[in-house]
Amino acid sequence: SAKIVVHLHPASSNKEPGPFQSSKYSYIKLSFKEHGQIEFYRRLSEEITQRRWENVPAAQTIQVNRSSQAGRIRAVGIVGIERKLEEKRKETDKNISEAFEDLSKLMEKAKEMVELSKSIANKIKEKQGDITEDETVRFKSYLLSMGIANPVTRETYGSGTHYHMQLAKQLAGILQTPLEERGGIMSLTEVYCLVNRARGLELLSPEDLVNACKMLESLKLPLRLRIFDSGVMVIELQSHNEEEMVASALETVSEKGSLTADEFAKLVGMSVLLAKERLLLAEKMGHLCRDDSVEGLRFYPNLFMTQS
Amino acid sequence: LPQAKYKERGTVLAEDQLAQMSKQLDMFKTNLEEFASKHKQEIRKNPQFRVQFQDMCATIGVDPLASGKGFWSEMLGVGDFYYELGVQIIEVCLALKHRNGGLITLEELHQQVLKGRGKFAQDVSQDDLLRAIKKLKVLGNGFGIIPVGGTYLIQSVPAELNMDHTVVLQLAEKKGYVTVGEIRSSLKWETERAKQVLEHLLKEGMAWLDTQAAGDPQYWLPALFTELYSQEITPEEAKEAIP
Repeated sequence: SAKIVVHLHPASSNKEPGPFQSSKYSYIKLSFKEHGQIEFYRRLSEEITQRRWENVPAAQTIQVNRSSQAGRIRAVGIVGIERKLEEKRKETDKNISEAFEDLSKLMEKAKEMVELSKSIANKIKEKQGDITEDETVRFKSYLLSMGIANPVTRETYGSGTHYHMQLAKQLAGILQTPLEERGGIMSLTEVYCLVNRARGLELLSPEDLVNACKMLESLKLPLRLRIFDSGVMVIELQSHNEEEMVASALETVSEKGSLTADEFAKLVGMSVLLAKERLLLAEKMGHLCRDDSVEGLRFYPNLFMTQS
Repeated sequence: LPQAKYKERGTVLAEDQLAQMSKQLDMFKTNLEEFASKHKQEIRKNPQFRVQFQDMCATIGVDPLASGKGFWSEMLGVGDFYYELGVQIIEVCLALKHRNGGLITLEELHQQVLKGRGKFAQDVSQDDLLRAIKKLKVLGNGFGIIPVGGTYLIQSVPAELNMDHTVVLQLAEKKGYVTVGEIRSSLKWETERAKQVLEHLLKEGMAWLDTQAAGDPQYWLPALFTELYSQEITPEEAKEAIP
């Protein structure tokens, strides 16, 4: 194949460093396997004569980064590209290390807040209830802001802050219709998703939700939090009576002879999670019997009760 | 009378400290605002930085994800990031529950969550997922994290999984299945104990029984089926996820 050999002058002393320190060759050999050598030679000769790379106008230099101390960087050839990357790496590193430094300083201050809160908590313990209602509320809201667990009660800032009270009232408003549409009962995970999807921004943390729900009953709102034996947590309308629903569940199971939680859920249009809880409750109340095999958990009407 | 004087003094001291805390809180809020104006992007874009941030908070005894109303959440936006992730995790787990009984590997969960978030969403790391899941536990839905063979299985149903179950899951992780024989030889358990554990997993829908295998019947864990990894969530499954 055709070849063009380009002989290089020795590097000048003020040449900036490149990708390699040195080379044992003083020429470059270009091989043209499928033509193009004529056109290439023409253009190469032109450029070598013009030496355009030696006059880089001011307008073409990279824009200087605002916080960078370095001056202009000549963006020429491989060296230029490498330089750019290096500068960017350094900039990123600098940003990160600055961020870490600032973060450490911030954490120092946060730590002071934690220490102070512990000291106040000790005072409260000493006084054993001589602290006013108002002081308690204030203290709890400070803990809430900082994300510090309540050192007195061990709950994360404990329920009972104004924020959770407001939230509870909001929830009562938001959840009324969805609850009615779902037979009066929803699991807390369903509520969490529903509420946060609706909000889009300034979402509730899981703890916010639980702490607000714990206040529903005491605030005499039309919803309540209920915790099943399994640990599953649900919100029910006050008007909802799970024990009454058990009666209708028993009817459904009797009609079909027997049902698994999955089957019951499909029939009634409930989530499997809540369907299972209802059947378990019915069993607890003595209305259903279980048949627990590897094929699944199946519930039958409790004939021991009705036919003895 | 001296008693009352002491009591009074006690009240004044607490009041002083509360006032001091209030002032320091305001100052801290300002510091945090400044930090946020410079580095909020770093938190959003850099998973490593998030890890560092979380670890430091934990060290000093602060939980930045405790409340959406906390300073951290409001000013750094960490709250929304993790709480939204929580919603996405719940949705994926609900959609796939009928396939895997409520057990899923962290890898698969990660993949599915990323798919759901779309091309233009912020990247999330496995560490991010774990932190979001830890927060979800409080909702009572049975969220749990089970370490297996260098990674984790995520449980999303309120099924009781004790130490015995966990150990068998860990054993099954290598091949995706386990037999009674293997449990007996690796863990030195009696047949009855092994069978009880495996039957519990079967009942919960977390294991499937293959009686046609040569030799011992094999108990497979759908959560560990690598072939299922790339399977999309079907529209029916997606409907299941959003009640």
